Amino acid sequence: MHDLEVGEHLYRFPGGLKLRHHKQIACRDPLLRPEMPEALYLPLQQHQGPAGEMLVAPGDRVLKGQPLSRARNDREVPVHAPTSGTISAIKAWPVSWPPDSEAECLVLQPDGKDAWFETTALDDWRHADPADLIGHIRAAGLAGLGGAMFPTAAKLRGEWQQVHTLILNGSECEPYISCDEMLMRERPGAIIEGGLILARALGADEVIIAIEDQMGAVDESLSRALAEHDPDDICRIVEVTTIYPEGGEKQLIQVLTGAEVPHDGLPQDLGLACLNVGTAAAARDAVIEGKPLIERIVTVSGPGIKHPRNVVALLGTPVSDLLAAAGGLDDDIERLVLGGPMSGLPLASDLIPVAKGSNCILVLRREDTRRVQPVMPCINCGECVRVCPASLLPQELYKYLKAEDYDETDSLHLFDCIECGCCAHVCPSHIPLVDWYRHGKGVLRERGIEDARAQKARQRFEAREKRIAEEKERRRLRREQREQKLKAGGDAKSEVQAAIERSRSKSAGPDQDGDS
Amino acid sequence: MSATLAAMMVAVGVMLALLLGIGLVLLVSARKWRPDEDSVVEQINQILPQTQCGQCDYPGCRPYAEAIANGEADINQCPPGGEAGVKALADLLGRAPKPLDASHGETKPPLVAVIDEDRCIGCKLCIQACPVDAIVGAPKMMHTVIADECTGCELCLPPCPVDCIDLVPRRRPFIWSVDTVEVESREALEPAKTEREHA
Repeated sequence: MHDLEVGEHLYRFPGGLKLRHHKQIACRDPLLRPEMPEALYLPLQQHQGPAGEMLVAPGDRVLKGQPLSRARNDREVPVHAPTSGTISAIKAWPVSWPPDSEAECLVLQPDGKDAWFETTALDDWRHADPADLIGHIRAAGLAGLGGAMFPTAAKLRGEWQQVHTLILNGSECEPYISCDEMLMRERPGAIIEGGLILARALGADEVIIAIEDQMGAVDESLSRALAEHDPDDICRIVEVTTIYPEGGEKQLIQVLTGAEVPHDGLPQDLGLACLNVGTAAAARDAVIEGKPLIERIVTVSGPGIKHPRNVVALLGTPVSDLLAAAGGLDDDIERLVLGGPMSGLPLASDLIPVAKGSNCILVLRREDTRRVQPVMPCINCGECVRVCPASLLPQELYKYLKAEDYDETDSLHLFDCIECGCCAHVCPSHIPLVDWYRHGKGVLRERGIEDARAQKARQRFEAREKRIAEEKERRRLRREQREQKLKAGGDAKSEVQAAIERSRSKSAGPDQDGDS
Repeated sequence: MSATLAAMMVAVGVMLALLLGIGLVLLVSARKWRPDEDSVVEQINQILPQTQCGQCDYPGCRPYAEAIANGEADINQCPPGGEAGVKALADLLGRAPKPLDASHGETKPPLVAVIDEDRCIGCKLCIQACPVDAIVGAPKMMHTVIADECTGCELCLPPCPVDCIDLVPRRRPFIWSVDTVEVESREALEPAKTEREHA
């Protein structure tokens, strides 16, 4: 057995903030399914990792749930048709990442029939082979629904020791986002069944569902479902204190176990796996119903939307359709954000489609985004250090980034920053710290790529030098041999004669040789 | 009197012996653990960008590294390495950084060669010129550049008899700009700040 107790005691992670929740406004109404969009826009890469192999071409008719691409390994994730219709084109369309960019998207024109492709459920999953379960989950196109979009199959198997505990992350800590809360209220059974399936795939003997202590209705609905779906009593609900960002993977693990995930390691190194509750529900749909991941719950909220609510959106639905479903926009809208107010990503366009990791669309008015004061110099107050959940030195990182001393930021562990935004939130000088960190990470990443290129170029250059030297040596040897032969034999004349004969026979009968 | 003299002589003797002893140890160790010529070349080569462009007047990055190590070449002859490269070399060799020598060319953004395949006559001259074997093709067949292997050295340009090779900027990964978002959405939480308390 393992010696790491998960969820027995609650620990604390360093830093963090208590923020006003702003979640209830989007939870008052039940889930809504927006009308079928005129067209769905599906990028083949909706996850961390390379895109899968495309299986369709423009003009193809596809059915709901039909795979549009295929995964060749665990890091690739297939995309499926969210409804039946025709692939009308493959064209460049705005996407959320990188900001202000376009990517090749499959355009699916729905035919309104919503006719299903054949679904392949896995009978008797309670006794299925873990590899079959993972294969099923991979083919269903699962990627982390919490927002990071990490391929689920790659999380379920890999080079690590036995995973003993599965943590289902329902502690959605960022203000405004409530899609997981809605899911836990509406489909608690699916989450628990999904958790049991994922636990079987991992070989884990315990499932912890972590929720926030401020989610009242959730605890109740999950407990009821637990009694119904968990006969072996494997699952347990743990309420964690609501402190942003306790829903971060590393922070949640620290809260539940008191242990830290090593900075160059994975939760699996501690015998843990951490997945979002939405991913668990999707795993259940994939295995028990045979349905691939084609829709997700998206929170549409913020001060600038008329009727904040949670919607069930087909992947590929343009954001504008979701905004319409939530009552439309107020006047004086300044910005759309994908994700929450602390760590979200600004959207350049409302044409951007919903992807597997799109948890929330936040609508902000001009007065919400207006700066209260200009950016001032850092005064070394240390507030950022106090709130950093990763125990970094934000003000030092900022200083070195500003001085473009990227090596130093690397040794201060810039890459351990989870971009939660706590430091920027408390900064009395209103320095956009997270933007600086994102910038620094980008520069360091590019540098890594350049170094790898240089190493490769160097190897190729050296290999070429070696080859040229060898060729030269071979030529020299051949020449020497010939010279020796001539010297030793003294029959230079006969050599010459033979050469003349050869050329004569060639010119006399070119057809015999077949050589021109 | 003679006792003090003797004591002084002993002191001087001890000091001399120490001096000689330490000097000998230093001499021997300096001979024995002399900085390895190869490792210096290797370290310089690590800093060089491996473009293999020859703009430094040496036929590749390693020959240039050897020339720097021998004291033949200066550290500011590598345009692809740029000012940052000169600075890194100066740090490594304990010399003063200096501006890039403009006579060797100027620093350009990363480039990649592209062959206009309609105009290519398949003469193989560029294949022979490429220092990293990044061009594939056969006689009288169309040639093409393996973009991932190309260092953008421009050495394939002069030999091409039909001028069908272009250098285009290489696609670079997206880097978040500090000005990407002028105003942060975090400000939307401003009302909550008043009731903020540290965890």
